[in-house]
Amino acid sequence: MKRFLSGNEAVARGAWEAGLKYASSYPGTPSTEILQSLARFPEVQAEWAPNEKVALESAIGASFAGLRAMASMKHVGLNVAADPFMTLAYTGVNAGLVVAVADDPGLYSSQNEQDTRRYAVAARVLALEPSDSQEALAFTKDAFFLSERFDIPVLLRLVTRISHSKGVVEIGDRVEPMQKEEVRDPAKWVMLPAYAKIRHTNLLERFKKLKDFVESKEADAFLVEDLQDTKVGFITSGICYQYVKEAFPEASVFKLGIINPLPFERIRRFASKVDVLYVVEELDPVLEEQLKAQGIDVIGKEVFPEYGEFSPDVVRSCVDKSYKPKAVYFTDIPTRPPTLCPGCPHRGVFVALRKLGVTVFGDIGCYTLGALPPLSSIHSCVCMGAGVSMVHGANKAGHKKSVAIIGDSTFLHSGVTSLMNIVYNRSSSTVIIMDNGTTAMTGKQPHPGTGVTAKGEKTVKLSIEEVVRGVGVERVRVVDPYNVKETYEVIKEELEIDEPSVVITRRPCTLIAERLGKTYTVDKDKCIACGACLKVGCMALSMNGNASIDELLCFGCGVCAHVCPVDAIVEVVNEN
Amino acid sequence: MKIDVVICGVGGQGVLLASEVLGALAIEKGLDVKKSEIHGMAQRGGSVFSHVRIAEKVFSPVIPQGTAGYMLAFEELEVLRYAHFLSQKAKVFINKQRINPMTVLSGEAVYPEDPVGMMSRHFEVKSVDALRLAKEAGNVRAVNMVMLGVLSACLPWSEDDWFKAMEMVFPARLLDVNKKAFTLGRTVL
Ligand SMILES: Cc1ncc(C[n+]2csc(CCOP(=O)(O)OP(=O)(O)O)c2C)c(N)n1
Repeated sequence: MKRFLSGNEAVARGAWEAGLKYASSYPGTPSTEILQSLARFPEVQAEWAPNEKVALESAIGASFAGLRAMASMKHVGLNVAADPFMTLAYTGVNAGLVVAVADDPGLYSSQNEQDTRRYAVAARVLALEPSDSQEALAFTKDAFFLSERFDIPVLLRLVTRISHSKGVVEIGDRVEPMQKEEVRDPAKWVMLPAYAKIRHTNLLERFKKLKDFVESKEADAFLVEDLQDTKVGFITSGICYQYVKEAFPEASVFKLGIINPLPFERIRRFASKVDVLYVVEELDPVLEEQLKAQGIDVIGKEVFPEYGEFSPDVVRSCVDKSYKPKAVYFTDIPTRPPTLCPGCPHRGVFVALRKLGVTVFGDIGCYTLGALPPLSSIHSCVCMGAGVSMVHGANKAGHKKSVAIIGDSTFLHSGVTSLMNIVYNRSSSTVIIMDNGTTAMTGKQPHPGTGVTAKGEKTVKLSIEEVVRGVGVERVRVVDPYNVKETYEVIKEELEIDEPSVVITRRPCTLIAERLGKTYTVDKDKCIACGACLKVGCMALSMNGNASIDELLCFGCGVCAHVCPVDAIVEVVNEN
Repeated sequence: MKIDVVICGVGGQGVLLASEVLGALAIEKGLDVKKSEIHGMAQRGGSVFSHVRIAEKVFSPVIPQGTAGYMLAFEELEVLRYAHFLSQKAKVFINKQRINPMTVLSGEAVYPEDPVGMMSRHFEVKSVDALRLAKEAGNVRAVNMVMLGVLSACLPWSEDDWFKAMEMVFPARLLDVNKKAFTLGRTVL
């Protein structure tokens, strides 16, 4: 049967077909839909973990206990999970374990453009990279068997363009593997130095077996040599294969479905058959460096960029400098950046912070959009949890007029330990937890503070206040961010007090909240067209002679009414 | 056969659903099809586009520049942003609707005076009041199906084929409105 599946959906389907029983993940574009799709299969226990480290460790536990398991995450998630990941290569697995990681060349929704393949090389694990949805399914399925056969976690490397593109996929049936016996084997699973030393050499032996495997006939399905015109050849993998085929349909191509370890002998043979050989890879020269170290003569980053996303046009114009597509380009088109939704509870906090004029150590989530004009109220964003640690460091460095802001999901992901640090090392930092009751940025996934699981079942609802008090913060206050005045005053008070404090701004995200049954309108007689309301950055507001509010878009939060100096913005109660 | 379509608009206008229907139809017809889009940040009122490619065999999910045969634009400004994907012979269908981006609302940028006219100098352009037709069909959110209906008139498949594809994509309760919107679009030009 044929289905139209995204790369992420195909990964989930492949894992299900391989008999996957347990999956854990933390949301992150572009990987989120893997777990969301898995959650729909009744046979799979699919969970959102508080962060990627917990997700991977939980998957390791399931593998140890004998069930096929998977962890999925975006590229920067593997940084968080890097600690277990690196040592997992030493221990190896019991039941098959696959780690699906999605890179984001072009930074569509990420804070950096790091290349996950570096981790595969560093950890010496087997890594596969599909070039379309069909391969995403097939490779994921195979990955579980290979993981067991070679006693190694398998890294499945994806990129945004594979994860989010759809293609035609032939689907198959599920195999139902028996649960494996738990094996109590300290020399394999207890990574004390004495045991780890032995497991390191054992890893090198396992990796040697993988090197033999990739040169053997058994790996043919992953390593496809397509010999046509021999004047130009390409070595490539993943989505870049499609770009090469599109740009140079006549050329010879060697497609790598396994990207670690590399089949150097196969590649050498291919190289000897073509006159010029290009290696086409987005981001880092990971293949290129290895091929060059092997003495294989390839052209790579001499012509291709080391940043950004490729396309058929990038590939073609880098190889053929004279190529220019016959296309019409319009310049100076106003950009359309994403913005906080009308009614977004984060907006009121930014209006208050802007008025306070403090330095805001930001974090990652929808609220990062508060950095853009006209709100322009965030002054740093490094990685999840960083703001809470940074405000402490800044306070210690004498910078007192500052706060940290962090979303509820991000706080539970990696803000708790940072807050502990504020208390333990005695800074008087103020942390604002913007609790909108969901992980909004990635598509409103539940988290431990919501009382709902990835499968939509009810569970224990963690209290953020209790967590905050539990790590030793005594001053904890909760405000409604729609009440800009109170939000402003509470933050102001907490800034002045010389001890750690947390302000929780609580209002559900408009994506999960009911409409309020009221909207706002502008009293034209009162409006002085000063533009103060436009500075809250709401799509419902515009200036046509005087300010006006699009009642279809208005959510009724009233934040604009708070900033109007002449009280021209008034409430309209809607019947129904 | 080779059909490359660029669909574009603003987050919330149903760009991705329109391309989903086109994809479902191609599979029904036994053709290869790929579609590519970016979700995530872009959906918070940002610019959204989708490429749909239908052929015997499709490689890149991204359309090479200067080659797409069709564009469906749900918003006037957005046509300009993605025009470089179009071939000189492209047919362009534009919904007569303007949604100011934040950069225009805040006075940083100016909305171009006549995007449709700018496009007409290079391509065969048809402008459609899809919002009005969607209202007529019974739901303002059906702009996407009106526009798909407009496109359908230059593609080889029957209305029934399209309806079958829509049945695979929409939940039953939304089908009637969307089919009606589609038919209004299919017969408007
Ligand atoms: C290590 C890591 N994992 C995942 C992500 C993707 N991501 C960015 S912010 C975020 C959570 C946002 O939720 P929340 O903090 O509640 O803020 P909201 O978007 O709801 O405002 C996620 C999942 C990331 N950037 N880094």
